[in-house]
Amino acid sequence: MSTPIKDPTPAPERLAPAPRPRRTDPRTRFADGGGVLNVFSHGFLALWAVMIVLPLAWIVLSSFKTDGQIGGSAWTWPTHWSLEVFVRAWNKGIGGFFLNTVVVLAFSVTLTMLFGSMAAYVLARYEFPGNRVLYYFFVAGAMFPVYLALVPLFFMVRNLGMLNTYQGLILVYVAYSLPFTVFFLHSFFRTLPTAVHEAAMIDGCSHTRAFFQVMLPIAKPGLLSVGIFNVLGQWNQYILPLTLMQKQSGSDRDHSMLTQGLVNLMLQQGYAGDMPALFAGMTIAMVPVLVVYLSFQRQVQAGLTAGTLK
Amino acid sequence: MRHRKYPFIVGFLIVPVALYALLVIWPYLQTFGYSLTDWSGESTVMHFVGLRNYTTLFSDTVFRQALLHNALLLVFLPVVTILLALFFAFMLNVGGRGGTGGVQGVRGAAVYKVVFFFPQVLSIAILAVLFEAVYRSDGGGLLNGILQKLGLEDPQRPIEWLNDPNLVLWCILAILVWSGVGFYLVLFSAAMQSIPKEVYEAALLDGAGRVQTFFRVTLPLLWDSVQTAWVYLAIAAMDAFALVSTLTPGVAYGGGPDYHGEVMATYLMRNFLYFGKSGYACAMGVVILFLTLILSAVALRVTRRERIEF
Repeated sequence: MSTPIKDPTPAPERLAPAPRPRRTDPRTRFADGGGVLNVFSHGFLALWAVMIVLPLAWIVLSSFKTDGQIGGSAWTWPTHWSLEVFVRAWNKGIGGFFLNTVVVLAFSVTLTMLFGSMAAYVLARYEFPGNRVLYYFFVAGAMFPVYLALVPLFFMVRNLGMLNTYQGLILVYVAYSLPFTVFFLHSFFRTLPTAVHEAAMIDGCSHTRAFFQVMLPIAKPGLLSVGIFNVLGQWNQYILPLTLMQKQSGSDRDHSMLTQGLVNLMLQQGYAGDMPALFAGMTIAMVPVLVVYLSFQRQVQAGLTAGTLK
Repeated sequence: MRHRKYPFIVGFLIVPVALYALLVIWPYLQTFGYSLTDWSGESTVMHFVGLRNYTTLFSDTVFRQALLHNALLLVFLPVVTILLALFFAFMLNVGGRGGTGGVQGVRGAAVYKVVFFFPQVLSIAILAVLFEAVYRSDGGGLLNGILQKLGLEDPQRPIEWLNDPNLVLWCILAILVWSGVGFYLVLFSAAMQSIPKEVYEAALLDGAGRVQTFFRVTLPLLWDSVQTAWVYLAIAAMDAFALVSTLTPGVAYGGGPDYHGEVMATYLMRNFLYFGKSGYACAMGVVILFLTLILSAVALRVTRRERIEF
């Protein structure tokens, strides 16, 4: 979310890096502007930025190192740059986890958006008895931590015979993404104009067609925000796959999600294993998130903070 | 044209509501029921034991220790995160030296916001791999590497961050703060931008310094957001499952060394999936749920202030 420019100052003047004339005018800045506090606060902002970027850059760099270098000192520089380690990580399981996650997300995000927008639309735009109750019923689910429901959920999914299956996890992801999706889209559908919808109805359009062909296209910005939120949220989900996607028998296929698989690799390998491959795997897991975040950072920040701003 | 309204409403709501009720609401409710039994999880046999699980829970020393750790997180996590986020948000929105337009953020504010928020979109698995490497207990770890480079640490006796009973909880706290500050920074920024600039300009004309402006103008006007942040952070402090279970030593779901990193959620999961005490784990879940609800209510009540309209 970039700072909206609110003042009408022409651009060249804003960009001019010459604070000297301003300094003589005491009314245009804080009484204690500049000086020690300024250096301190700028320094602190820069320090925090370094604290965020440094560990991430360091670990991406570490994936190019050898095992010996990683165990030795934190300050060695990779001797040869080769993408071979990423191929190794991909073949060591990360590739499979990555594809599992993509398959699950392709269905779960689509279904979340479909069911979420359908429910939110009906609750936002149609009057019927029990409307408010249903709305609160949905929103309440967002307030409790997931692990409180884990024990019964595990047995529920087991009784449905869906442990360690894509379809089981997809359904669970959809169900647990609904509260926020409904909450967000409910307020969004409320703000949309009613005139277009009414015109469509007068022209003899059915309720269903009005929703899919008139309302959904208008709601695109809201759908995009909450869709990105769901992609990131489900991509990063850890505790649900950890509980529901464990191999049920020796012959069962490994359907691990990327996050879960990565942690398993970390815990299994410990210090003796192939650390560069682990770091390379982490980099592979981070890249899609980084790309989505940087391309849509306005929507990401708006979507993530919307839940808290009533 | 409204005569086919109800079939449409039912048709749109039936799938989302059924899915949500079955996979989210019903497990939450079942948690309450199971907490009154001696169910082991594996068998279908269970006996009603009344409140025995709850009485056992309060004499369970490990649970009490875990509760203490959650309480410590509960005190420090909100205070540290909110203070840092407020400071950064203030610097990025109004802390700049102010051009002719009056009040603005420091230079590069937009870039800082993008960087500071980034940890929020990283998954727990990435954080786990990253901080496992940062907290490594030899010279290959980033923290120990820095300390040794600066000559503050004897390379022969490096600090074992996550294996040190006195440090492990603070290491977890540091990660929670590291990844959380950006989110609350964006939350507070959005609130700060809705404060009219005239208010700041008035303060500035009266000769207020930045510190004064912050405490007399910004903080009172932001109180609602601070309150929301407090509740969210309190809920996060009661959780901390993912980081503790992946980063701290221990047989199942971490919690070590010797329960010094234990939190309630990890102890719950160990009882459920490792010790096979599902009924007991459910009782723990119910206690955590009520503690969280009480805390949120108390936090809202205690921090309530007169709302300032602007």
